[in-house]
Amino acid sequence: MRHGKYPFVIGFLFAPVALYVTFVIWPYAQAFQISMTNWRGLSAPQWVGFDNYRRLLDDGAFWKAVQHHGVLLLALPLITIAIALFFAFLLNVGGKSSGGQRQGVWGAKFYRVVFFFPQVLAVAIIAVLFQMVYRPNESGLINGVLMKFGLEPILFLVKPNLALWSIIAVLVWQAVGFYVVLFSAGMASIPGEIYEAAEMDGASKVTLFFRVTLPLLWDTLQVAWVYLGIAAFDAFAIVAVLSVDGGGPDGATTVLAMEIYRNAFVYSKYGYASAMGVALFFLTLTFAALTLRLTKRESVEY
Amino acid sequence: MNPQSTLPPPAALPPKTGDPSAPAGPGRKGPRSEVRFFASLGHVALAVWAVIVIVPILWTFLAAFKNTSEIFSSPWTLPAELRWENFSRAWTKAHVGRYFLNSVIVVSCSTFLTMLLGSMAAYVLARYKFWGNRAVYFLFVSGLAFPVFLALVPLFFVVKNLGLLDTHTGVVLVYTAYSLPFTVFFLAAFFKTLPSSVAEAGMIDGCGHSRLFFQVMMPMAKPGLISVAIFNIIGQWAQYQLPLVLLSNAKDKWVLTQGIADISVNAGYEADWSGLFAALTIAILPMILVYALFQRQIQAGLTSGAVK
Repeated sequence: MRHGKYPFVIGFLFAPVALYVTFVIWPYAQAFQISMTNWRGLSAPQWVGFDNYRRLLDDGAFWKAVQHHGVLLLALPLITIAIALFFAFLLNVGGKSSGGQRQGVWGAKFYRVVFFFPQVLAVAIIAVLFQMVYRPNESGLINGVLMKFGLEPILFLVKPNLALWSIIAVLVWQAVGFYVVLFSAGMASIPGEIYEAAEMDGASKVTLFFRVTLPLLWDTLQVAWVYLGIAAFDAFAIVAVLSVDGGGPDGATTVLAMEIYRNAFVYSKYGYASAMGVALFFLTLTFAALTLRLTKRESVEY
Repeated sequence: MNPQSTLPPPAALPPKTGDPSAPAGPGRKGPRSEVRFFASLGHVALAVWAVIVIVPILWTFLAAFKNTSEIFSSPWTLPAELRWENFSRAWTKAHVGRYFLNSVIVVSCSTFLTMLLGSMAAYVLARYKFWGNRAVYFLFVSGLAFPVFLALVPLFFVVKNLGLLDTHTGVVLVYTAYSLPFTVFFLAAFFKTLPSSVAEAGMIDGCGHSRLFFQVMMPMAKPGLISVAIFNIIGQWAQYQLPLVLLSNAKDKWVLTQGIADISVNAGYEADWSGLFAALTIAILPMILVYALFQRQIQAGLTSGAVK
């Protein structure tokens, strides 16, 4: 690496860095600045200090969105991880052991392939799919069945207290398979002798799960929690497409991304939308820092 | 080796009162029946979830062949005949064909560009010592911590000022820029693991820096490149918010996610549900084919970000 190193290094770095700074770093930096102005796109932006942030504090839609992120942040990881862990355990160590070799249940490979598939689909496509599944009359998959049995149709997306959970259900539907595969990889790296030894001591499957698998999988769980938490702070595509008029009914499913989009590209309130973006950024950052701190514990070496 | 030594420390496996730490005594079910009970319960749960995953998709495929009255009569009846005209209507009149092609063009260009620029940057950052190396690396990696929505407004104006609004070029460049943090982060780690002996041998043979990269290092990094490429293809194919902002006024340039969402809104006005089901089928079916062919690589690629 002697002669001509610097021309090569610069030549290789120039295009990626230029592109990245133009479309990523520069907009991020500007966002903080725009959030301090009352810019509406036409006249020159005027500096208003923290006015936008003060207005955020009185904005009902903003607080609703923050509240929904709180619900998503608890429900999405908890439900997804619980289901995925259960399935991953079944698929990897649920079956009988023969000759010390841990086996999953019959058909484990098939299940893993099927469960993972929704991950390949775009969220927007899945949202349209579930719009049809949730339809409030005979043409909906669920209500068509209910009404065949003479039951009242369930208004999944129209009832304010049900709409957010209907959306969370779709997010869980998509995510579970990914985490089954992720946890399976983690479980596969746990040495079989540990299970064998525990079983020889008479540990049941339930004990195996809680006393062996779970502690040894802690690092993977932490990663899963952070991933799902970040997903809980986004949720734009699903809310924009699936919910009634973008975050409805009456703001019952709105999220910050939805409010940012609406304020910026419908109302042209660029300064205000940027302030929401900054708030979202600090929320995400706080979450990531808190998760890493709270879930920190000594990882078990094996 | 003594199997006891591989047991986790007591903190992870404490003896619990009532826990059957002693060999199975009287009154305890034999391990065989417990296994059988657990396995059958597990089977039911797994099968139920498989049904929950498969049925909505299968139902969409079936409904794509129905007419409106069949769709409203019962979700479980089969279509009376295979109405292929639903598909031709979706493909031409609802422009699904156009949207699909747009997605293919945009994602293939942006993934190619991401891989090229990402691996160039990652390679230099991973294997060359120079002033500012760490700074550039952290500049890229810091992008992982920022939500795209923070940048949405300024990004719109940057693209607009460059005259790239409502163009595929703009979308490709933006996709590429936002894919760089993960790509650089992952590939830099990968390039670091490659042995330096081969590179040194190449240098001694008079191989230039760029030739070394394209002809020696890239082939060696193939497994890592494939993983990241799959990760990027799936991620960029699924993009919805960026094209929504960057292509809003050019309907003929829309990508598939945008198009399908729009068709679903219009289907409500026109009551063309079978057309919407056909459009959804056209969007989902190719993904099933691709997934069936590359299932192993896709699973590895998508989880590669989490398992280091």
